[in-house]
Amino acid sequence: MAAMPATAPTVDPFLDQVLARHGADASALVQILRDAQARDGWLPPATITYLAARLGVPRARVEGVAGFYAFLYTSPAGRYRVLFADNVVERMAGSEALRERLCTSLWIERGKVSEDGLVSVDTTSCTGMSDQPPSLLVNGRAIAGLDERRVDEIAELVREQVPLDAWPAALFAIDDNVRRRDVLLASDLAPGEALRASIARGQDEALERAGNERSWRERMPALPQGPALTLEEIKHSNLRGRGGAGFMTGLKWEACRTAPGPVRHVVCNADEGEPGTFKDRVLLARHADLVIEGMTVCAYVVGASSGFLYLRAEYEHLLPGLRETLARRRGAGLLGARIAGVPGFDFDIAIHVGAGAYVCGEESALIESLEGKRGIPRNRPPYPVTHGYRQQPTVVNNVETFCAAALVAARGGDWFRSIGTPRSAGTKVLSVAGDCARPGLYEYPFGVTVREVLADCGARDPQAVQVSGPSGICIGAAEFDRRLGFEDLPTAGAFTIFDGSRDMFEVARGYAHFFAHESCGFCTPCRVGTTLLCNAMDKVAEGKGSRHDLARIERLNRLLQASSHCGLGHTACNPVLDTMKRFRPAYERRLCSTQFEPAFDLDGALARARAMTGRDDAGAHLLDESPGAAEAERAR
Amino acid sequence: MSGRESFLLDGTPVPFAPGETVMQAALAAGHYIPHLCYHRDFKPHGSCKVCTVRAGGQTVASCTLPAQPGLEVESATPELEDNRRTLVQMLFVEGNHFCPSCEKSGNCLLQAVAYELGVLSADLDHLFPSRPIDASHPDLLLDFNRCILCELCVRASAEVDGKGVFALSGRGIGKHLIVNAESGRLVDTAIAATDKAVDVCPVGVILRKRVGFAVPIGRRRFDVAPVSAQAKGDAPRPPREKERR
Repeated sequence: MAAMPATAPTVDPFLDQVLARHGADASALVQILRDAQARDGWLPPATITYLAARLGVPRARVEGVAGFYAFLYTSPAGRYRVLFADNVVERMAGSEALRERLCTSLWIERGKVSEDGLVSVDTTSCTGMSDQPPSLLVNGRAIAGLDERRVDEIAELVREQVPLDAWPAALFAIDDNVRRRDVLLASDLAPGEALRASIARGQDEALERAGNERSWRERMPALPQGPALTLEEIKHSNLRGRGGAGFMTGLKWEACRTAPGPVRHVVCNADEGEPGTFKDRVLLARHADLVIEGMTVCAYVVGASSGFLYLRAEYEHLLPGLRETLARRRGAGLLGARIAGVPGFDFDIAIHVGAGAYVCGEESALIESLEGKRGIPRNRPPYPVTHGYRQQPTVVNNVETFCAAALVAARGGDWFRSIGTPRSAGTKVLSVAGDCARPGLYEYPFGVTVREVLADCGARDPQAVQVSGPSGICIGAAEFDRRLGFEDLPTAGAFTIFDGSRDMFEVARGYAHFFAHESCGFCTPCRVGTTLLCNAMDKVAEGKGSRHDLARIERLNRLLQASSHCGLGHTACNPVLDTMKRFRPAYERRLCSTQFEPAFDLDGALARARAMTGRDDAGAHLLDESPGAAEAERAR
Repeated sequence: MSGRESFLLDGTPVPFAPGETVMQAALAAGHYIPHLCYHRDFKPHGSCKVCTVRAGGQTVASCTLPAQPGLEVESATPELEDNRRTLVQMLFVEGNHFCPSCEKSGNCLLQAVAYELGVLSADLDHLFPSRPIDASHPDLLLDFNRCILCELCVRASAEVDGKGVFALSGRGIGKHLIVNAESGRLVDTAIAATDKAVDVCPVGVILRKRVGFAVPIGRRRFDVAPVSAQAKGDAPRPPREKERR
């Protein structure tokens, strides 16, 4: 056996501090790596070796986690790392030209670090700013509403090496753009109101009943009825998860509550990454109390003692406000020990910041990430309600779901189910973006038609709407009378509008690249299939596509539907299939007339040989027999 | 076997022991379900998806599907076989596989499964990734070009060898095998040629040096009998045999 490199790590006080902050616990690895990266702007190999040694885990495991997340860097970056948000809405608003402008102005190539190590400019997935595009992140801080003037200002600040904290605060201003409020966005619930209502339910003697379930009774002998009765309200309300799948929230809570085990967790999924959505940004910025209140009600119902708010890295700018809210609520006795004076009701929340991985919005991948691992969706069953965080019963709900749950706890299930439609109770907050006069948040009772939303936001000549982002459905003008709700068009909130001038093929191609970028790579069909889909779409875009390629995309879709490990793979082909069905001419006009064209360019493959031999005459080219090529040859 | 509960695999009753998955029970009864990342010595994780079957109205990886009494499982249907062919083709185009010059030829599970499924060409466009080999170790060679990311070496090195020599990094199509060393080279890890991780590689990534052709092509495992005829060899070991190991 070869000798191990005896790198008895010398003491690194900075990294030791980072480790101490997280209890030198390998299950906090994602947080540890995020903090460790703050020093150098990336994770040098020696840092990874050091952390692995101190954590007592194989180095390769740490490197594997670092290599998984887009915002953990294993190669050096500029001291200013600029990442332009890259989704279709950002591009429609001119992000590509602005990115080029910044690159030119700083004399750098996109994706490369400047020679002096000062700056790099690249792209990242949607950052939740589609209501005020184009936008970017500089060292994790968001700047929205970009125009040429702002880009030039940023270039100047970078050139002058002004520390980020000294940049004009106006640059970092983010608008809320709340355009239509209903029960949730207009809520004036006081902190603790929903909790007190939940606890009061148990004090109502008329409702006093025996047979409250095991877990809570054991922990809290007094007032045993509150949790069970609040659960009844949640179930009665017909509240369904707002993350898209629409699972009944009451059933989820009940399953966690009755699952065996002494320790339970409540997790708020604030990892919204669907391109075009931004509702959680505003909910967490302006309604943080409501979110936390919902989590605390959930903890009361299921008997959880620990909570996590999994915040997507792109929303790091919300951290100070969230921390302040948590601290204030602890001070008010609404978090911590003996919440609201109830003995045994102990619950607190830690914020876990993600590191750039859309797939972590899938609840079991999110839990893996919470445990400091690569964000790979688990095999299910078992589900998180019985085997979640640390294999213990865990409720994972969307930000908006917790808000709605708090409202239900305060105002009752009857009130809630009277809003919306029979199978879709309550309201839905939509992230309206794209081609409209007034992008922003619109809250409607479920059952609203697409046409109403389009009228309210001032959409001119809408050609298509992507409902619920690329994993949702793309509909055309003929379907604008369809209704949002689980009966017809389920949605997690994204509502992206395309007017008649937009090329729906390019829209779909952008979404195909998004899925390939965000595939976790665990299973073969999604890992390879999403890349093959991109290649096929690129081939069509280059004018080399044929009907054969479109047929192959349909085959690919069937395979991904049948064999992918999680929803990302199941839905990866949707934007392409939807647009192929509804906007076929956008595809047809790009096709070659032939049944098949190879993606491989034989003559192009000889370019290197030509360069090496210094030849570029006709004899150094392969004869292309297509009519266009013959003409080009004559012109040469 | 009487008295044991059973499920139906393509209409044939297959008995199973409590806790067994559909794959394990099928193999134990001599029924072959094509697979790559499943191995009898390790907990199934279901990443290659080649073993996907239809059961209870859903398509699901059979290696992680718990066997249940009366469950009706379809495996050898034209649709499922077609999906398997495409998955195997995906693995071929994802890496750089040149069977005629590969010293694992005849012992390679990917090649054997491809033959079994009647895969005659890659059909899909090759991705031609650049994956340098690692010949740093005196006794072992790593040729990443052939990696199908089954994670068997990762599991074997962690669970059996207790060394954690291998792990995966990157994500999506950039996912790749790494070794446990700051230098990134195998020679700087704790691996030994006798490790389980070396034996378990189903393809030609982890190779012992200087023994590549000790058994000539034509007399190798899958030259002798097709993989489907060797199902029992992949069946879970009886508990007693496991203890002896």
